[in-house]
Amino acid sequence: MAALKAGSRLKSGVCDTQVMVIAAPDGDLDLTCGGAAMVDAAADAPGGDVDPSHKNGTQIGKRYVNEAGDLELLCTKPGEGSLAVGGDALTLKEAKALPSSD
Amino acid sequence: MNVMMLLEMGSQAMGERTGIQCGDDRWTIGELFAGAGRVASHFRGAGVEHAAILDVSSPAVPLALFGAGWAGLPFVPLNYRLTGDELDALIERITPALLVTDDQRAEQLRGRDGIQVVTREEFLGIARGTGEVPDPDWQMDPEEIAILLFTSGTTGVPKAAVLRHKHMVSYILGSVEFMGSDDADAVLVSVPPYHVAGMAALMSSLYAGRRIVQLPNFDAAEWLRLAEKEAITNAFVVPTMLSRIIDELEASGASSPSALRSLAYGGGKMPLPVIDRAMRQFTETDFTNAYGLTETSSTIAVLGPDDHRAAAAADSPEARKRLASAGRPLPSIEVEIRDEAGKALPPGQRGEIHVRGEQVSGEYVGRGSLLIEGGWFPTNDGGYLDEEGYLFIDGRIDDVIVRGGENLSPGEIEDVLHEHADVADCAVVGIPDEQWGEGVGAVIVRKSGSEVTAEDLQGWVKEHLRSSRAPQRLEFWDELPYNETGKLLRRKVKADLGES
Repeated sequence: MAALKAGSRLKSGVCDTQVMVIAAPDGDLDLTCGGAAMVDAAADAPGGDVDPSHKNGTQIGKRYVNEAGDLELLCTKPGEGSLAVGGDALTLKEAKALPSSD
Repeated sequence: MNVMMLLEMGSQAMGERTGIQCGDDRWTIGELFAGAGRVASHFRGAGVEHAAILDVSSPAVPLALFGAGWAGLPFVPLNYRLTGDELDALIERITPALLVTDDQRAEQLRGRDGIQVVTREEFLGIARGTGEVPDPDWQMDPEEIAILLFTSGTTGVPKAAVLRHKHMVSYILGSVEFMGSDDADAVLVSVPPYHVAGMAALMSSLYAGRRIVQLPNFDAAEWLRLAEKEAITNAFVVPTMLSRIIDELEASGASSPSALRSLAYGGGKMPLPVIDRAMRQFTETDFTNAYGLTETSSTIAVLGPDDHRAAAAADSPEARKRLASAGRPLPSIEVEIRDEAGKALPPGQRGEIHVRGEQVSGEYVGRGSLLIEGGWFPTNDGGYLDEEGYLFIDGRIDDVIVRGGENLSPGEIEDVLHEHADVADCAVVGIPDEQWGEGVGAVIVRKSGSEVTAEDLQGWVKEHLRSSRAPQRLEFWDELPYNETGKLLRRKVKADLGES
């Protein structure tokens, strides 16, 4: 798909997953969820089945990053599919335990 | 990005949880989401450029905050303690606006040019009403303005700090775990909505899934009563509030609220004796000191519970001193101490605190961004980092006393005075001096029964610091002037010193 913009919302073409882009590198990225290309949140989802090899699911409120660390997505709606770029699975970003300050 | 997205996520995953309560008025997170949508429609229909609130805490505050984000308008919480000309001047700066306020003010403000007045009750009625909730069609442009927050103006005309959606969302994502709170957790919010800590408390609690209990007008006895009754687990207070809460506990002999796990404080410098007393009264409670500015979307450094315990139990003066520090920067924040030429200083050296991070705005309406090269924000706060990265705050750079070309930090002198056993509170300010340009003035609040003299305290400062730092004028007052959010009114101290 086209280049990603921080702040924009995307959804899976094949499951309920929705994400917000927190950070993204320049250039086109092959971002998938459930094995199918992600689409703009406002677009129609093409539909279809989740690829069993991309079916680890997404969790709401979790942040996902690529290995290079320059792509970061926040899952705003969970789904069955899992996120990947160029076929490589994105990984959960470790939550930093902070004392509640407000 | 949009702050609405935070509420939407909360509504999807924890819609049935109580989001907020104030007196008998309760809203689930799901109801807040729907209410925000209805008020967003109302805002859009009003054709205004700002959504403002001039009122004490109530569920109308988060509804207006999120509804404004949904409608694409900046949310402006105004200081309800202001009156007359001061308030009129601020209102004029945000027209055309929709303004939510109490009945009495609504009467006074109705008919003003550019202001559409809605009472709190009317507003809550719209949010609770039968109006259709629009599709989640808020803008996701991270550059849109989420909040305009007027600074307290203790040093001049209030400035309107610009907090964009990207700043607030970054702050929440960087410091709060989504749904990280237990179902039974509850936070007592007693800071007013026009303070950045009040805004941050609403957003982080709804994102964490922590029930918010609002206390509109702070009163120590009422705070303690509510904390017990509502099984409050978390709270944030400014130093003056904490001081009054301890006074109340000590006077009544009551025990501290039984469910209170975490008590955070900030918004002004906490005198060491106050936190010492607090730790003795609240034996089962974790303490966190949060340091932040309006321009940084709230907290940028925290002194956590473990830091408090370590410092309280420490033998070395260096480690013990950390109880008076602001702790260490959040992982998402960088801090540098720089000298006047902009050169980064090593640990232990005092200079201006510079910060950098996604949540840092450093921007005011009409003045643009004050960020300098590399995205750093000069905070105008002086301070230093110790060898282990703990941040110590001296106070505003503007308050630095320039005595014969030598820069003296009031905070440094105040720290030494606070360590004197007879000093309950103190303030150090610059005073005019014919010979040196400026000299050191001090106001001391003695502990009850103390007969310590000015000479004793001047000698104490000389002993611990250089003689140039000893106050040349020293007065004893019954109390120091603070504003309601715990900020010392230095201008007033300066003006009144020598008058009494």
